[in-house]
Amino acid sequence: MKRSSLYLVVATLACAAAAAGLSLTGAGATFPYPMYSKWFSDYHKLHGDLEINYQSIGSGGGIKQVTEGTVDFGATDGPMNDTQLAEFKQKRGCDVLHFPTVMGAVVPTYNIPGVTGELNLTPEALAGIFLGKITKWNDAEIAKANPGVKLPGDDIVVVHRSDGSGTTYVWVDFLSKVSPEWKTKVGVGTSVNWPVGLGGKGNEGVSGQIKQTPNSIGYVELIYAVQNKLPYGKVRNASGAFIKAELASVTAAASGAAANMPADFRVSITNAPGKTAYPISSFTWLLIPSKIQDPAKQKAVKDFLQWMLGPGQKMAEPLSYAQLPTPVIAMELKAISKIQ
Amino acid sequence: MATTPVLGERALPPGGARSFLMRLRGGEEIAYTITFTAAAAIFVITALICYELFAQSEISRHKFGWAFLFTSEWDPVAGKFGALPFIYGTVITSVLALLIAIPQGIGSAIFLAEMAPARISNALTFLIELLAAVPSVIYGLLGVFILVPVLQKSVVPALKSVFGALPIFQGAFYGVSYFSAGIVLSVMIVPFIISVSREVLISVPRDQREASLALGASKWQTVWLVVVPNASTGIMGSIFLALARALGETMAVTMVIGNTPQIKASLLAPGYSIAAVIANEFTEATGDLYLSALIELGLVLFGVTFVLNGLARILIMATAQKGAHS
Amino acid sequence: MKPSSHWKNIVNFAMFGLTGLCALVSVGTLVFILGYLVFNGGKSLSMSFFTNLPAPVGEVGGGMANALLGSGKVLLLATLIGIPIGFLGGVYLSEYSGKTIAFVIRYVTDLLNGVPSIVIGIVVYTLVVHPMGHFSTFAGGVALGIMMIPISVRSTEEYLLAVPPSLREAAFALGAPKWKAIITVVIPAAMRGIISGTMLDLARVAGETAPLLFTALGNQFWSPGWNQPSATLPVMIFTYAIAPYEDWHRQAWAAGFVLLMLVLLINVTARMALSKGSYVPRG
Repeated sequence: MKRSSLYLVVATLACAAAAAGLSLTGAGATFPYPMYSKWFSDYHKLHGDLEINYQSIGSGGGIKQVTEGTVDFGATDGPMNDTQLAEFKQKRGCDVLHFPTVMGAVVPTYNIPGVTGELNLTPEALAGIFLGKITKWNDAEIAKANPGVKLPGDDIVVVHRSDGSGTTYVWVDFLSKVSPEWKTKVGVGTSVNWPVGLGGKGNEGVSGQIKQTPNSIGYVELIYAVQNKLPYGKVRNASGAFIKAELASVTAAASGAAANMPADFRVSITNAPGKTAYPISSFTWLLIPSKIQDPAKQKAVKDFLQWMLGPGQKMAEPLSYAQLPTPVIAMELKAISKIQ
Repeated sequence: MATTPVLGERALPPGGARSFLMRLRGGEEIAYTITFTAAAAIFVITALICYELFAQSEISRHKFGWAFLFTSEWDPVAGKFGALPFIYGTVITSVLALLIAIPQGIGSAIFLAEMAPARISNALTFLIELLAAVPSVIYGLLGVFILVPVLQKSVVPALKSVFGALPIFQGAFYGVSYFSAGIVLSVMIVPFIISVSREVLISVPRDQREASLALGASKWQTVWLVVVPNASTGIMGSIFLALARALGETMAVTMVIGNTPQIKASLLAPGYSIAAVIANEFTEATGDLYLSALIELGLVLFGVTFVLNGLARILIMATAQKGAHS
Repeated sequence: MKPSSHWKNIVNFAMFGLTGLCALVSVGTLVFILGYLVFNGGKSLSMSFFTNLPAPVGEVGGGMANALLGSGKVLLLATLIGIPIGFLGGVYLSEYSGKTIAFVIRYVTDLLNGVPSIVIGIVVYTLVVHPMGHFSTFAGGVALGIMMIPISVRSTEEYLLAVPPSLREAAFALGAPKWKAIITVVIPAAMRGIISGTMLDLARVAGETAPLLFTALGNQFWSPGWNQPSATLPVMIFTYAIAPYEDWHRQAWAAGFVLLMLVLLINVTARMALSKGSYVPRG
């Protein structure tokens, strides 16, 4: 026993040997975690002395930790608001820069006995369902967009996310844009006061609940729906077309918004213009402080961003993330120079 | 019993500090000081946690005051926060979990301590203690994938057909509910009851059992009327451990409770608990009032634990025959 | 006489059958869980699981070697913090304290036990991570150590109190001072239970996720020393289980199984090593 404890002590001390090379830590959104872990792993293979460690603790966590300075960079599915920007400036003494990395979408998924195809869902229908105004599946608002589909007269069971998340943020952002009643009654946030429905934890909580509950509807990330082969509906976009969420239609939503992209990249692209745009799409951002003291860290961050906007983008689609549109990439490459 | 050592007092200088040193050399003072420091550390740590919760919830406390405990609305966007549905859910699920786990746990402990041969008893106890190591998130996933469908398909319809008239079994059942959460919690807390109860049952002296058997009692009578009462303080202690775990459990509960801030009499309705809402919303919460409200919920849970522990102790003191200490 | 003894026998048999059923339910649940984990995660349990670092989606051969080591380090530190405080506190409660102080400390311990793990994580974040300026294995160990204290105190106290007074009196009668009697007679008599309580304690914190999220955070790479964020098994399980990918789900189940085996291993080793020769007052 004594000898084994000696070995244990020696082993632990050995682990205490200093790491060679540079190490960056980032934290934030869960949605892009698979993408980021691929990027940072591949980047490490290219630059063996640089380790970028990203952990998904939630967008709010990412914003908080980068503001507190406990991580080198953050990540979020919803852009920081002005209050948060001011707090960052006050605590860290410089600005925080948003860099869109990839795009994702949120899709409505459902379980209606007897309905196997894709439903066409209008924004009014979605808002009405989630407000608790539309209570039955054969309501006129849903039926008129789906001629030929036999909808039951049963009660709709709404399922939403219980944990605060960027997915919720994008979903309610869309609902706020298309429904004035939603905007005043519920509003936008990573967590909201849902008028109706059950709360599932995470994508798997929502999809699990929907699978087990007939006549239910909820929302999940596109990737999740694709990877788990969940049925999801088409949503009518601002141009009037019913669009199914696919990588192409998501990128189209960003292209539509690229024309009016603000310099700080903080933009919501839900309900974006464009005939083929999917209306419930979103960027996800990296949060980088504008001043990085350590020259090695600064160079590492800048180099990574350049790589991310080039070879990194090609890795997005196999993982079901949508690439950034070219004009946005060009804007970001210019913005990298803002990091001092 | 004299504890001061017999040392040559000539060798030591006089004085108060020196007399302390003298006792110190005897070891008694050291033992007392060390153990007292440890106990005091526990107090300090808990007080520190309580203080932190108090300090960080200041914004919310000032805004809502005591109304926080009695309001039901939870609206992060509008900045309105009330704790009542969460308090309700926490208490209901914990009580339900205890109602299931106590008989199950004590029964198992009796079997393992009195009935099973030592080797089997040890092996089985190892396994049961492993239940405590299963990560909360796995309990949650198993609850979602296995327990909830089973409840939906077989258990709840059966319950409703027999007890459907009772208000606690009314209403539509979507799987996620106080009921499911209570069951999952009971599985998570039962190892504490079993492990500790079994050990204290084993440690009841042999002469007690032999005396009872000598008087003609059957084995079961001996166990139930002699051994268990002898071990009652230990068993009570294990129940407190279990209660505490149930109150503070986060991940598993949030996956099966339905996360709906409401107050319903029916166990089949979805609900919410304090720990679950903190776990769900804390990492994403931005904004000082929101964060402060969540921390205040943590403080409220402190209060709920305080009250429930107090009630349980009063209950024990009222029903205890011997001078059982808390 | 005969009818009543017959009835006693029936009751005897029935009650023991019932209690046996209770035990069977609990054991059965555990066996079921283990089986489920193996069934779903078994494919991921290869050598690479134990030797490789995590790989991104789509790449085979990823493992959780860093999480295994990280969990080991965090649990080691937690034990070094939590058990001494808990054990010594329990000794104080059962041997030295007066009634009022004992009541207060027990109450406070139960309060501490009821603090949600996530709140402990938040508090340790404020007290350790924030002043340090970064996440670390050390902070994770502190958080789990605090969580270990209540169970350690309560179980130590219970088992010490369960030692029959006759043993203590015998020690005193032989002339031992109180502290010596405690160390050489009372504690060894309760040792079996204390070890059992410690293992239960360790098992409980080994599976905790929430406190580690705010303290040790996580790491895709190795975490040398104690000052850097570190991967741990529960956090990896959590991250992988909620991801969309089937492959990661399997790894999460596999990791759950490995975690349980790790705890079992520590349990068996500790009991074999520490309880040799201790007096077991078997009833």
